Amino acid sequence: MEFRLEPSSRLPIYRQIVQQVREGVARGHLAFGEQLPSVRELSRILVVNPNTIARAYVELEREGILNNQPGRGVFVAEPRAQLAKDVRRRRLIELIDKFLTEAVHLGFSEADVLRLLSARSEQFQWEPARLEAR
Amino acid sequence: MTDVISTDRLTKHYGTRCVVNCLNLRVQAGGVYGLLGRNGAGKSTTIRMLMGMAKPTYGRAELLGHDVVTLPSEVRSRIAYLAEGHPLYGWMTVGEAIRFIRAFHAERWNQYLLEQVLEHFELPLGKKIRRLSNGQRAHVALALAIAPDPDLLILDDPTLGLDTVARREFLVSLIHVIQREGRTILFSSHILSDVERVADRIGILVDGVLRVDCPTEHFKETIRKVVLQFTGTPPAFPGCDGLVNAAVEGRRLELLIVDFGPAHQEIIESLSPASWDILELNLEDAFIEYTRGSKPSLFAVTDHAVAASVGTRSQEAHWHEG
Repeated sequence: MEFRLEPSSRLPIYRQIVQQVREGVARGHLAFGEQLPSVRELSRILVVNPNTIARAYVELEREGILNNQPGRGVFVAEPRAQLAKDVRRRRLIELIDKFLTEAVHLGFSEADVLRLLSARSEQFQWEPARLEAR
Repeated sequence: MTDVISTDRLTKHYGTRCVVNCLNLRVQAGGVYGLLGRNGAGKSTTIRMLMGMAKPTYGRAELLGHDVVTLPSEVRSRIAYLAEGHPLYGWMTVGEAIRFIRAFHAERWNQYLLEQVLEHFELPLGKKIRRLSNGQRAHVALALAIAPDPDLLILDDPTLGLDTVARREFLVSLIHVIQREGRTILFSSHILSDVERVADRIGILVDGVLRVDCPTEHFKETIRKVVLQFTGTPPAFPGCDGLVNAAVEGRRLELLIVDFGPAHQEIIESLSPASWDILELNLEDAFIEYTRGSKPSLFAVTDHAVAASVGTRSQEAHWHEG
């Protein structure tokens, strides 16, 4: 996976890395079991203080997205639902309402929005990707 | 954790002008501290006082637990300093410069580390220093500074005068230095995006006052632009903690504030503006504005600072050509 840092972004660097890994997993660019560069490697690649990278990895590990195996490396963790279904549902509805509010104010019709939504959703990996253990 | 750098009300006056004002700076062991500020904000003067090259008008500074005025030579040898513009003798070759500097550091000298940097950037030992590009000279200067394996590295605007590519390469070197050991680094810069990449913590000097001192990511998450509208000419802004910049544009007073909170709100409301608003901030734009000082600032020193920076740049250009 290629990381990209935006100096003009409002997000701090560690947040940008967290977001890119999350998005990479959601879009299926990063599969379960895949290895990520080590803290030192990514620090060199991105020209960023290693502490910043470590901070992003710790956060991703806390969220259950990455799995740090000391001595072996950093891997994409097996996906698991951490929150109860109704909590997840409520959170999603909140986001949908926010998104629909914007769409209405931008002057789109309902049909336009639904068409665009289904086109975009094709770019995402809905069933969690897994590396086949053969 | 122990403080490797600690200053207590460090102050410097040049004539009637206060260049550094009651600075309390603390840098912990293993930390990478980025000192930001416009040209003339007091970054170099602060560093010169830390290095004992300028005498404080008031206050004191400690490096590695020792007062800088009475720094024992064995402590001094654990501190490396990279001066602005990377001054080296132009008539020496890279190899001669290494032998020259090495003679001062008989006990501590990491030739392997030095050669790694020289090799990585393909710096030929036989080449005269004056024939090197600015970027190459910066690498040589950094390699020489870290060869004695210092515990503390102080760099005064190390990327000044380097183009974008050379600047990035210098940061690669610096990351390499940070990765090798947990040594403490203080460096000054006026480029936020560079500082963001390498510093754990940043400080912003505005007219000699340390207005911001916080973890790097905290800064980016909490910086806000506040715009106050007045019916007439805006009043002078009294100043507050976390104020990075204040600029007047017509009837608007624009503030750049870190960690915006109730205290700021109180000050703003005491000025009774017709309206005020906290704006979404494009950091890069805000910083270009801030570093260039394109808008008339409320601070009296600004004009001098801009004039001084123009002077320094042209002098430096001559020096590189000569």
